[in-house]
Amino acid sequence: MDKRPYDNKAWLLVLPVFLIVAISAIIPLMTVVNYSVQDVLGPFQRVFVGTEWFEQVLNDDRLHGAFLRQLIFSGCVLLIQIPLGIAVALTMPVKGWQSSLCLVLVALPLLIPWNVVGTIWQLYARPDIGLAGVAVNSLGIPYNYTSSAFDAWLTVLIMDVWHWTPLVILLCYAGLRSIPEAFYQAAKIDGASAWAVFRYIQLPKMRRVLTIAILLRFMDSFMIYTEPFVLTGGGPGNATTFLSQFLAQIAVGQFDLGPAAAFSLIYFLVILLLSWIFYTYITHTDREDAR
Amino acid sequence: MSTAKGPALNPSTGRFRKRHIGLIVYFVFLLLPIYWLIAMSVRPNQEILSGFDLFPRTITFANYVTIFTDPSWYTGYLNSIQYVALNTLISLSVALPAAYAFSRYRFLGDKHMFFWLLTNRMAPPAVFLLPFFQLYSTFGLIDTHIAVALAHCLFNVPLAVWILEGFMSGVPREIDETAYIDGYSFPRFFLTIFLPLIRAGIGVTAFFCFMFSWVELLLARTLTSVDAKPIAATMTRTVSAAGMDWGLLAAAGVLTIVPGALVIWFVRNYIAKGFALGRV
Amino acid sequence: METLAADLEWMAWTGPTAAFFAGIALILAAMTAWQTVSPTIERRGFLPMPTTRGDRLFIGLLGSAYIHLAVIGFTDLNLWIAFGVSLVWMAVVMKFG
Repeated sequence: MDKRPYDNKAWLLVLPVFLIVAISAIIPLMTVVNYSVQDVLGPFQRVFVGTEWFEQVLNDDRLHGAFLRQLIFSGCVLLIQIPLGIAVALTMPVKGWQSSLCLVLVALPLLIPWNVVGTIWQLYARPDIGLAGVAVNSLGIPYNYTSSAFDAWLTVLIMDVWHWTPLVILLCYAGLRSIPEAFYQAAKIDGASAWAVFRYIQLPKMRRVLTIAILLRFMDSFMIYTEPFVLTGGGPGNATTFLSQFLAQIAVGQFDLGPAAAFSLIYFLVILLLSWIFYTYITHTDREDAR
Repeated sequence: MSTAKGPALNPSTGRFRKRHIGLIVYFVFLLLPIYWLIAMSVRPNQEILSGFDLFPRTITFANYVTIFTDPSWYTGYLNSIQYVALNTLISLSVALPAAYAFSRYRFLGDKHMFFWLLTNRMAPPAVFLLPFFQLYSTFGLIDTHIAVALAHCLFNVPLAVWILEGFMSGVPREIDETAYIDGYSFPRFFLTIFLPLIRAGIGVTAFFCFMFSWVELLLARTLTSVDAKPIAATMTRTVSAAGMDWGLLAAAGVLTIVPGALVIWFVRNYIAKGFALGRV
Repeated sequence: METLAADLEWMAWTGPTAAFFAGIALILAAMTAWQTVSPTIERRGFLPMPTTRGDRLFIGLLGSAYIHLAVIGFTDLNLWIAFGVSLVWMAVVMKFG
């Protein structure tokens, strides 16, 4: 049971955070709601249009396309990154300078500004000057991410795997390190196979970190913007236009305030629902573990 | 984490060598793009465009010299560092007391508040793009460092609160109680006893605030035009305007990786904790 | 873009949205008052996890938002029908959730 004292004076300590996040979250969100029901014609010229924008956005084929692409992309991200992350974490050395070196190298892509990640892959995958681009083409496989929709999509996916699998690795590695050595010795005495050790010792111990890894990877891939913006600009065509990309196009590109706001709200509601499910799941399992 | 001892994580050492081949393949996949970026940055542009070579034939630091001497490039770095430092400072100073409250007390709406903070970390910055622009225009803050610093508080303050709460919950509550019995006031206890206890956590949190503000582009680019233009925006705008100077672009990219790469060694054992919002 | 956005009115309020936010604020205030008078007890209803009163309010509001979106986007029904359905949903969640 939770032994922390109940004291509403703690609100005083939370107040600064509340105020600063209110300014940067609540006021903008209210503004979005206000925009979403109006047609902004120009300065000081607005017309109340009710739910028209919501209707338009919800029935917009481009939005459906972007949403579908986003779901497939986020699904692929999870399907590749989670198993790959677990596999690499299992093979990483656990002690000495090798382990430190591995940790630092693995973490490197996470510290690169997102637009630079795009630049790196631009340089790396270009069919004329890029190492990967030239290599793939010289193998006889035609590859050009600027003209082929499939290549562009694949490049963005591989880039994301390169960029974010390290996050999964680091989390799984931390989870594995928390398993006491005695567990392994007991398994050895019982003559457990490597698979049994993984299935009954390592995987259960990683459940918590894996939940967080899935949460973060899903959410962050759901708002991916900068890397495809730099690499492909959303193209060719709409092949790599994901939700944030689409939103930025209407909002900043076309300056369609109303539809952009309506879309923002729908986007935000989806995020809110997903975050809440994950949060409830995490706190729920925490409590069961504490029991 | 430094206490781990014993053999490999998985005691089945029979497949030791085969597994390490897999690890090496992964590291090659990981490091080749970075190698390519560095290789590009030390080549003259003519060489990049004239032909393909795995290793640079002539090594030149002209690209780096350009960045360090041309104000339109190096001010980008200075602007980024300014708003990032400002943001880290704001995030930490408001998050420290709040994280203490969350880790030590229950209060009205605490869980909902904690969840609400998380949603701000998860919300796509694109959603807040227009209202931010309008908000800061109203206050005449567009194209200032403080505007970007405040905008990045949207995800960095929740991040800092969550990470710090994770660290603070690891400190036994008896320490607080003993201090209060000994007659310490809350501010004195917090500043002289508690903060030194979690200084590793503060360092890690500062690192993560720094990093997430450093890597963000969308808000930073939209809220600035000239005076506070971040290096990330300088890079994307140069690409579209002045044609493709790949060598220069690569050199600028390398320089953006340097700050993170310098600090990462010191936080290597806490990286997972930081990324997992303190929940590992 | 710069000039256009700079000239927009502060937050661009409208009557209906103001009423909407006032309503939310009122509900929150009422919930706070209710909580102070008689603190909530976590309990288990038809929802798959134990919830407090505040949790149920959140679930109710979020569900209502989705109900409204569904009605707006995929049917030609009047918005008041969505509102009515949402009220029923809120009541059910608060009472039995």
